[in-house]
Amino acid sequence: MSSSSGSTLRFLCPNGHLGFAPIKVGSFDLGVATKPDFILADSGSDDIGPGPLGSDTSTSPAEWQRHDLEKMLVAARRLGVPMIIGSAGDTGSNSRVDLYVQMIRDIAAEHGLAPFRLGYFYSEVPKEYLRKRMQAGDAVTGLDGRDDLTPDELEATDRVVAVAGVHPYIELLNRGAEVIIGGRSSDAAIFAGPAIRAGYPENLSYYLGKVLECASFNAEPYAGKETVIGEISQEDVKVTAMHPDQRCTVASVAGHAMYERSNPYFEHVAGGTLDMTHCHYEQFDPKTTRVTGPRFEPSEHVRVKLEGSGKVGERFMGFAGVRDPYTIERIDEVIDWAKQQVVERFGDPATGGYELHYQVYGRDGVMGDLEPLRDQTGHELGIMVFGVAPTAEMAEELTLTGTRQMFYARLPDVKGTAGGVAFPLDEVVRVGAAYRWTLNHTIGVEDPMELFDLHTTEVGASTPAGTGAARSPEVTR
Amino acid sequence: MSDRTTKRLSELAKTVRSKNAGVDRITFDIIFNDRDNYEMVKRSGVINRESVAKLYRIDPARITDFVTYDPAFAIKFTILRSRPSGSAGDGDIFGAQQYAPLLDFVIPLD
Repeated sequence: MSSSSGSTLRFLCPNGHLGFAPIKVGSFDLGVATKPDFILADSGSDDIGPGPLGSDTSTSPAEWQRHDLEKMLVAARRLGVPMIIGSAGDTGSNSRVDLYVQMIRDIAAEHGLAPFRLGYFYSEVPKEYLRKRMQAGDAVTGLDGRDDLTPDELEATDRVVAVAGVHPYIELLNRGAEVIIGGRSSDAAIFAGPAIRAGYPENLSYYLGKVLECASFNAEPYAGKETVIGEISQEDVKVTAMHPDQRCTVASVAGHAMYERSNPYFEHVAGGTLDMTHCHYEQFDPKTTRVTGPRFEPSEHVRVKLEGSGKVGERFMGFAGVRDPYTIERIDEVIDWAKQQVVERFGDPATGGYELHYQVYGRDGVMGDLEPLRDQTGHELGIMVFGVAPTAEMAEELTLTGTRQMFYARLPDVKGTAGGVAFPLDEVVRVGAAYRWTLNHTIGVEDPMELFDLHTTEVGASTPAGTGAARSPEVTR
Repeated sequence: MSDRTTKRLSELAKTVRSKNAGVDRITFDIIFNDRDNYEMVKRSGVINRESVAKLYRIDPARITDFVTYDPAFAIKFTILRSRPSGSAGDGDIFGAQQYAPLLDFVIPLD
């Protein structure tokens, strides 16, 4: 491994989704010992479903978030290198940025860290802004086959975040930030921003971000939450696994380009597209793969991706099992009977304003309409029932009806006439409210910074550790 | 059924997986250990847009991408979900268990 020098920069990434599971400290410490120039991690994902963004919560426990921030902050301040976090707290919403800013303050105070400048930015987009843009005739363009955003869909939305490119990161570094907490961001931008600012080519800088964003998922054998280091020069990117048993191989690094992406060749960010069609991969040393040839095509007009989530209703869950083969064969009739009892009470789902879903495990509970083997049912079935309605009272009653009425389904020749299904519970349980992704769209901007609200503040040994305060006085927004 | 002239994809591929690609799509990766198996499966022509659409009983128009990816010895395709991930009624928020039917593709050996 080459050491830091004027001609290369080395980026340490310990976690592909900070907070979702804690980093493994062994390989992190090994990586820190090599004195990287930056310590960075992405902390968000739209993988976790629309609930956290809609309800403005984290899916990651605060204890795990804090654990990783503490490891990274203490190491970065000791080395005197920038620490950068993107998409704070799973969703990158404003409250999640504030949460991380406060954690940084608390950790700094507890460790008595020397004063440093903290930069942070917000990514939430007010619905009023989008409403005005739409009224002015600007399209909020659907991605992945979605229609353009309509006023009704906007109204059904609770929260929108814009996905930042490199621009806020570069600007906060220009303002002297030594620690950055970012709102929602493209994973790759967190790494590409500082590399571009330092004078490395966009081609390689965006690739560096792409290959590092999920930490050890680009290494083999498979292991999550282990540290990797990417080194950028004017000619190439080299990526090295820090865990003693992991290696970054041509197969693992090239393979990572496919992960969670529709297409292994292209990655779209605010400001352009990374084209990996002509990437060349070679094994540089046993733990390191060298990559050349990525290209970045800047876009003429910057479009920023928007993610939005809207609440559908309160949600309850019921469960029933079936063992009688005759009933299993006619399970759709059983479900239809129960649905009909709900309709008699609440009307059709459309007019009644509710949803009622049945997932039949042992038939197609996992794959739904994609299941090729739905005719090969198991000898027993488990049926999960979800009812969603505007109020908890209604959701409970319709879920209870939809679950319990399976017991009374009227099958003509059933032998068991004392109850058609088995209940492990004689109640239904309340689960988190149902949300849905209302926005997976883009919007054009004149200035790539216009959707992002940047702040800097000094964090010092004199800052008191805030225990309960959600916001510090410097957070003015 | 596999015999001496055929093998199942599960016997030939190192990795067969599925995962969300954004909130509206699920992407599938079939990755081979070496070029030989990768090229053989490609040559067989068994795995393509049409056969995948038929296997999953979907309109081929729902397959948004279908590519072979030489640097990783991989075949990759992506489908549109019938509803966004995590909506009520979605049984697989991460899209992580949608690959199983691929394991049984029967590949003729050269």
